[in-house]
Amino acid sequence: MTTLNNGVEANITQTQPLWLLAEITYRCPLHCAFCYNPTDYADHTKNELNTDEWIKVLRDARKMGALQLGISGGEPLLRDDIEDIVTEANQLGYYSNLITSGVGLTEKRIDAFKAGGLDHIQLSMHDITEEISNFVTDTKTFKLKQKVAAMIKDRGYPMVLNVVIHRYNIGHIKEILEMAEKLGADYVELANTQYYGWSLINRNQLMPTKEQIDEAEKITNEFREYIGNKMKIFFVVPDYYAERPKKCMNGWGEVFMIVTANGDVLPCHSARVLPNIDFPNVKNYQLNEIWYDSSAFNKYRGDDWMKEPCRSCSEKENDLGGCRCQAYLLSGDAEGADPICTKSPHRHLIDQALEDSKNEILQAQPIIFRTDKNSKELIQGEHKERLKDFKAMP
Amino acid sequence: MTQKIELTDIYKIAPHHRFQWEEAQNCYVILFPEGMIKLNPSAGEILNLVDGKNSVENVVTLLKEKFKDAGDIEKDIISMFEFALNKAWISKE
Ligand code: SF4
Ligand code: SF4
Repeated sequence: MTTLNNGVEANITQTQPLWLLAEITYRCPLHCAFCYNPTDYADHTKNELNTDEWIKVLRDARKMGALQLGISGGEPLLRDDIEDIVTEANQLGYYSNLITSGVGLTEKRIDAFKAGGLDHIQLSMHDITEEISNFVTDTKTFKLKQKVAAMIKDRGYPMVLNVVIHRYNIGHIKEILEMAEKLGADYVELANTQYYGWSLINRNQLMPTKEQIDEAEKITNEFREYIGNKMKIFFVVPDYYAERPKKCMNGWGEVFMIVTANGDVLPCHSARVLPNIDFPNVKNYQLNEIWYDSSAFNKYRGDDWMKEPCRSCSEKENDLGGCRCQAYLLSGDAEGADPICTKSPHRHLIDQALEDSKNEILQAQPIIFRTDKNSKELIQGEHKERLKDFKAMP
Repeated sequence: MTQKIELTDIYKIAPHHRFQWEEAQNCYVILFPEGMIKLNPSAGEILNLVDGKNSVENVVTLLKEKFKDAGDIEKDIISMFEFALNKAWISKE
């Protein structure tokens, strides 16, 4: 549930929240090891916005030009008002997308979504083997996902499969693509794990080697050649093996706006880890004030905030210095270059992580799954040894 | 992989794609899973006529009438069709 920027026009001159992501609840029946939700999500599961508050958010964002709506979580289907929300979204002219694990998608609900005008459903899949799928999600959901995929297809929805790639499934890329073909997928996102939130704590256990990534990319390209236009495949290359960072979210406060379960508004999923920023809440401010005028949204807009090596870098337009959260989590400096960049004085942290990914002793440590219990323990300061390399709790 | 456009072909906006006018951006857009494209004015005018009824020839005629001073726009229109077809924004009726 990571890549959103395929196909966004590159040269946007004036900021506009074209993409609205509603992280509608942090509650989730799954416990994925790579979940990008904040590790302290247990603190944010209270005070969820109610239906009317969400509808106001949709209306206000639409007035500001928002077009693509993602309804995600957690597992959005844990709320019983998704029907009302998609109906409203359709009336407002959004292209709406339900991002789900499939748990809770019944015939009755999918029919109501269809009637309400939901445009597509993005289903997360994990592997071809029941064992691994159930293992990384820490639940028995493999068979259910297969059933849900058939239901999505049956209702005439474009089928978008999102598969987060990590050490446990990277060896099965070909089989995963074949499974997608069999299910009739129209789009497949092979999203290599990005290391934020839970995936960062579990980085040593999840990160594949460079050779595995290269092999996976090669197989993907061959499969693309074979399948042609029938199934679009996105292979999202992981940051860590690159020399330059990505232009995170297409630029801070440029085109993406995330409204979280309790109404906080963020420019990217993990922005809450950053120090000295108060993210405004829709209960206290108008959405357009938040987007245009709040200090949070202006803090890293454009490039005025940069320092060296980014400030005088000839490539700064390409990546805007990369991801602020990654810079802060790994180096402790939120204004520094993203440590992915080989010009960053902190690049050695990435190289160390790549080394660590080959270390069998580190790999053998248990995965900390995304559960309420683990979240509460992390909030209370347990698991220190797993967090010592990170400057803020990921 | 350029497919050939015939004047008699009839196209529609491809399934799972939505084409609409956007007041806030003052342009036509195409929306599809995970993506959106803002169209420039001429692309927007062309796709606005791609409705599953008009043949390519009709689209040319209609636009020639609408933009009398534009000169010979047939070639540009055809190449826009080619482009849109390759991007899978449109499909044959
Ligand atoms: S990644 Fe897994 S645990 Fe996290 S929200 Fe999605 S389904 Fe739930
Ligand atoms: S130095 Fe900064 S701006 Fe230049 S490429 Fe690296 S991250 Fe991007």
